[in-house]
Amino acid sequence: MQVVVCVKQIPDPSGTYTLDPETHFLVRPDEQVLDDTDRYGVEMGLQIAQAHGGSVTLVSMGPKGSMQGIRQALAMGADRAVVVDDADLKGSDALTTAQVLAAAIQRTGFDLVITGTESTDGYSGVVPQMLAELLDVPALTYATEVEARDGKVTINRQTSAGYDVVEASLPAVVSVTAGVVEPRYPTFKGIMDAKKKEVEELTASDLGVDTSLRQRVTAVEPAPEREAGVKIEDDGEAHLKVVELLQQKKVI
Amino acid sequence: MNIYLDDDLRAIQAQTAEYVEREIVPKAGAWEQEGRVPREVLRHMGEVGFFGLRVSEEYGGIGMGPLASVVFAEQLGRSTFGGFTITVLAHTDLAMPYVAKFGSDELKQRYLPSMVAGEMIGALAVTEPDAGSDVASIRTTARREGDGYVLNGTKTFITNGVEGDLVVVAAKTDPEAKGSRSISLFLVEKGTPGFSVGRALSKMGWRSSDTAELVFEDCFVPASNLIGEENRGFYCIMQNFQNERLVLAGQSLGEAQRAIELTVDHVRNRRAFGATLWDKQAIRQRLAMHQARVDAARQLTYHAAWLESQGEDAVRVVSEVKALVGELVNDVLYDCVQFHGGMGYVAETAVERLYRDARIQSIGGGATEVMLEEVAKRM
Ligand SMILES: Cc1cc2nc3c(=O)[nH]c(=O)nc-3n(C[C@H](O)[C@H](O)[C@H](O)COP(=O)(O)OP(=O)(O)OC[C@H]3O[C@@H](n4cnc5c(N)ncnc54)[C@H](O)[C@@H]3O)c2cc1C
Ligand SMILES: Cc1cc2nc3c(=O)[nH]c(=O)nc-3n(C[C@H](O)[C@H](O)[C@H](O)COP(=O)(O)OP(=O)(O)OC[C@H]3O[C@@H](n4cnc5c(N)ncnc54)[C@H](O)[C@@H]3O)c2cc1C
Repeated sequence: MQVVVCVKQIPDPSGTYTLDPETHFLVRPDEQVLDDTDRYGVEMGLQIAQAHGGSVTLVSMGPKGSMQGIRQALAMGADRAVVVDDADLKGSDALTTAQVLAAAIQRTGFDLVITGTESTDGYSGVVPQMLAELLDVPALTYATEVEARDGKVTINRQTSAGYDVVEASLPAVVSVTAGVVEPRYPTFKGIMDAKKKEVEELTASDLGVDTSLRQRVTAVEPAPEREAGVKIEDDGEAHLKVVELLQQKKVI
Repeated sequence: MNIYLDDDLRAIQAQTAEYVEREIVPKAGAWEQEGRVPREVLRHMGEVGFFGLRVSEEYGGIGMGPLASVVFAEQLGRSTFGGFTITVLAHTDLAMPYVAKFGSDELKQRYLPSMVAGEMIGALAVTEPDAGSDVASIRTTARREGDGYVLNGTKTFITNGVEGDLVVVAAKTDPEAKGSRSISLFLVEKGTPGFSVGRALSKMGWRSSDTAELVFEDCFVPASNLIGEENRGFYCIMQNFQNERLVLAGQSLGEAQRAIELTVDHVRNRRAFGATLWDKQAIRQRLAMHQARVDAARQLTYHAAWLESQGEDAVRVVSEVKALVGELVNDVLYDCVQFHGGMGYVAETAVERLYRDARIQSIGGGATEVMLEEVAKRM
């Protein structure tokens, strides 16, 4: 089973994010970390590969920087990584991102592609579906559980009421939701070994992807300040006012 | 950046820091109440590989040197839970090195993999009711009998004494010879007939660490559990004391550094007489000087660990480090509590706990006075 996991390096979310005033693009420091939501994808990929034999290849697009985030995912146990970095890809929209990832995945070969549901920094949440379309395979989204064997993949698809069991033939793209598996901590041995693992670096032209940008960010506005809440003093009748307010807001 | 820390050491530092923040800090308050660190926690740390830093790959470790132990101890120290930190370090750096460094292949095969995995936890038993600083004067005996030894005596202040599964015990094998040429080391398994835990001791600090009295009454230990050569134990102890002192310094430095950070946060927010406490020069300068001392001491500690890793005689520098840092952490915590005001005296603020935890650092594992004697002898 050849498992490909899409992972994104993002600026450390515990720091402050800054936007370039001209392009409105996120300023990306040299040291980026593995997007936390992608740890779940890596964990899921490793579990599947370990259960049925196979390998896990990471595919990532973005400024590679010190590759700290990629090494984090390799240290968890992934076998190798493919990183696409190209100045022409700066500011790519979701579709370009998906095209680049699809081309890299085609080149690598795959039975199962795993992605997160949405990234922490871009959170458009559309890359997985676009990827499936471009690879011409089924997309199984919002997976909380994944079982892949004998040419089939079965997932529990999270819904607001519970979950649906969805099945498709392999190859396929599966997006997993955060928090469904406990991502392993890289072992020290894993960290040491990660340095020796193969990381293939590609450009857009290596993959023959058209990089002419389609999306332009015209303006960025700060989110409106949260308005102060309503304060209800309890004079013995407060519960009635609370009920009334909740009814107004159509909560009850 | 630091001249002593290469990529591997920085990775160990980052990984330990993240683990401490995610897995230890949110939970360790409860362990202080219970007086122990849950076994599942130690098992998990073993799985992640925290216990194999100093063990060769053959036995499941990654074969790093003393600098790795120091960096690891420092990050554990930053948890602000000294009891948790010493529970781990007593296993990895007080007990395990005896097996890993001086043990026979048979002993290593039998015990190291499960110690690395956190399935078996180790303890070191040297101190006795009548012999602490003066190791050569211990009275526990090991009499040769058949294909083994019979141990008799009492040990005290033993970290992991209650919870540990394997104890490295120092005992006299030659009643005639002078102290330093009469001591041998034995690896004794919990449950061996004649070996019992006297009592768990209640302490000022390190409250989530268990400290116990151990009793050996005609306790038979097979000869295969002898660590190193007979009557050469004192030299093994003196050798690993260097490592023990370095990690205790690492722990103290992590604690002092964290305490300074917590205090800077506090005084920046706390207002009195129309300004923040940080605006008072007397306070911020004292904190700045403590920071300078901690930075200097950390660099000396790394240097001592590096010397040790090069196989140099590092006894003088390691003793300097132990004396210096054991006192420094107490000085720093005195002021950190002071600058927290009443909050610093209230139980279960981090600085209150760190203050209590710091007190042992100038006593345990080589008291300041004893360390200064080691330095003076070499001046
Ligand atoms: C308003 C706005 C501002 C933007 N600013 C920037 C910017 O400053 N700099 C910039 O580079 N891009 C920027 N983008 C582009 C955006 O980051 C891309 O759309 C992004 O590469 C993919 O979209 P997403 O992160 O929303 O993916 P999602 O669809 O939310 O991600 C789902 C999953 O797809 C996979 N995935 C997504 N992207 C990658 C990737 N690059 N490599 C590997 N796997 C991936 C991951 O598994 C992820 O969990 C911006 C987009 C918008 C809408
Ligand atoms: C919480 C805790 C955990 C411990 N864990 C362990 C453990 O896991 N394993 C283990 O074997 N031991 C352990 N110990 C024991 C510890 O190492 C000893 O307490 C320490 O070595 C000091 O010995 P002592 O208590 O007998 O003090 P003493 O040797 O009686 O010393 C008392 C005082 O006299 C001073 N003094 C001694 N000699 C001189 C001198 N020549 N000149 C000037 N002053 C001197 C000392 O500095 C000290 O201040 C632990 C102790 C504690 C409190």
